[in-house]
Amino acid sequence: MNLLNIIEEIEKVDPEVHERISPRRDAIKNITSFGSKVAVAALPFAFATIFKKAYGASTPVAVNTVLNFALQLEYLESYFYNQGVAAPGLIPAGNDISTFTLIQGDEASHVAFLQSVLGSAAIPMPGIDLTAKGTFPDVLTNYNTFMAVANAFEDTGVRAYKGQAVNLQGNQVVLTAALSIHAVEARHAAAVRQIRASHGVIISPWITGSANLSNDTGVAAVNGNYGAGASATYPAENNVMQGGIDITTLASASGSTTAYNIACEAFDEPLDMATVLTLVGPFFT
Amino acid sequence: MKTETQETIGGSNLARRSFLRYAGIGAASVGLLAATACHKDHPVKLDNGIDIGSGDIGILNFAYTLEQLEAAFYIQVITTPYTGMSNLELSYLTSIRDHEIVHRNFFKAALGANAIVSLTPDFSSINFTGRPSVLGAAKTFEDTGVMAYDGAAYLIQNPDYLILAGKIVSVEARHAAVIRNFLAADSFVGSDVIASNGLNNTASIPQVLAIANTFLKTKVSASAYNYFAS
Repeated sequence: MNLLNIIEEIEKVDPEVHERISPRRDAIKNITSFGSKVAVAALPFAFATIFKKAYGASTPVAVNTVLNFALQLEYLESYFYNQGVAAPGLIPAGNDISTFTLIQGDEASHVAFLQSVLGSAAIPMPGIDLTAKGTFPDVLTNYNTFMAVANAFEDTGVRAYKGQAVNLQGNQVVLTAALSIHAVEARHAAAVRQIRASHGVIISPWITGSANLSNDTGVAAVNGNYGAGASATYPAENNVMQGGIDITTLASASGSTTAYNIACEAFDEPLDMATVLTLVGPFFT
Repeated sequence: MKTETQETIGGSNLARRSFLRYAGIGAASVGLLAATACHKDHPVKLDNGIDIGSGDIGILNFAYTLEQLEAAFYIQVITTPYTGMSNLELSYLTSIRDHEIVHRNFFKAALGANAIVSLTPDFSSINFTGRPSVLGAAKTFEDTGVMAYDGAAYLIQNPDYLILAGKIVSVEARHAAVIRNFLAADSFVGSDVIASNGLNNTASIPQVLAIANTFLKTKVSASAYNYFAS
């Protein structure tokens, strides 16, 4: 691998190359810290992107910023499930406790994974207030509240990871890892929604909506999770425009158009970092 | 069972008409290609079946392959429900069918003339009257779909397509969780799909197409990724 030679060659024509690449050095460190053959195989690809971004006009979000953003959310989820599973009499025995225990284990694994990737750059665990400054005062004593908050955390996690995919584009290892966590969060979201449904809440495993309703969780405090977003890049969950195509105009099993709720359900929407941080902000002290 | 399955898939007028329409477009595309020599990004018919093509078009056709397969499968599942399908199962499986039809028709519309033809499935290995057989196949389709989108995402060049793949893969993951929980309680994050570090497994394009082709009469290759259906 002649990557260092390549940098030397560029240095001859562009003495500022190190300056340009510098913000990306942490990213390089991250990739190598995976310490696997996969990471080594991915290096040329990552370097190509580093060069592209170093010379590009835009200022992409640094990989470490994305990973620490993910870690902050995972700290919150992990702490939430640790407290919930440990709270006496909160989660019913049987399928409920076993489901939440599985999710608890995955979130702990995600924290450990991100910490290991970030190394010394990992943020420490922040102070957490699961009542979100009094919005959910009974989150650890009322199972309905606990399930609703779990629902919101998982759906938000899915939206948050999805929203960062483009910031990781070109970095095969980190993008694939982030999307692999993203898929697990989506599995959790479906399972939590199934648990809620088993307790009489009218909710599907997938996020549904109508032209007037983007939040199907029934929890007003998580509306930020679902929209009113009018942004073209980060629309609300009841968005039906995908890639310039109005999904409701496509044929379905029953006719020449697709029902609005089906069009919503078939696509989960991303959310940008700032909106996610605003939404979860009250949970941090 | 095999014959009945095929009849039902082409059974509705709508399905048959759209199949003929897209088959016609496919034939026209091949003719155009033959006339204009070879365009590298364009999917072509090879001896090894349909080729997805290269670049982002190839990835979109790869996704379109999986969505065609899933849509055809769930259409059959709802047309001939397995013995003892509960109301909840019928409700969720119907929603999943509708989502997969959306995904299929979305890719068909998005790809336009670059879309591969409508593929003919081969579900002869599935017993549609048996719950374990149907849900087992559904699990394979959903888990494979998740691993496929996540495994191919890094190959996507256009950021808009990457976001779209992300929007779909999490819905497939929701499906996978539901199907797995139908099969066995608390299997939504089973160790066969989630690694010990909490990450979902991923799969390469050749790995995914090898699985998909076991359910396809029209074989699909990916020459750009050195995968040729046998």
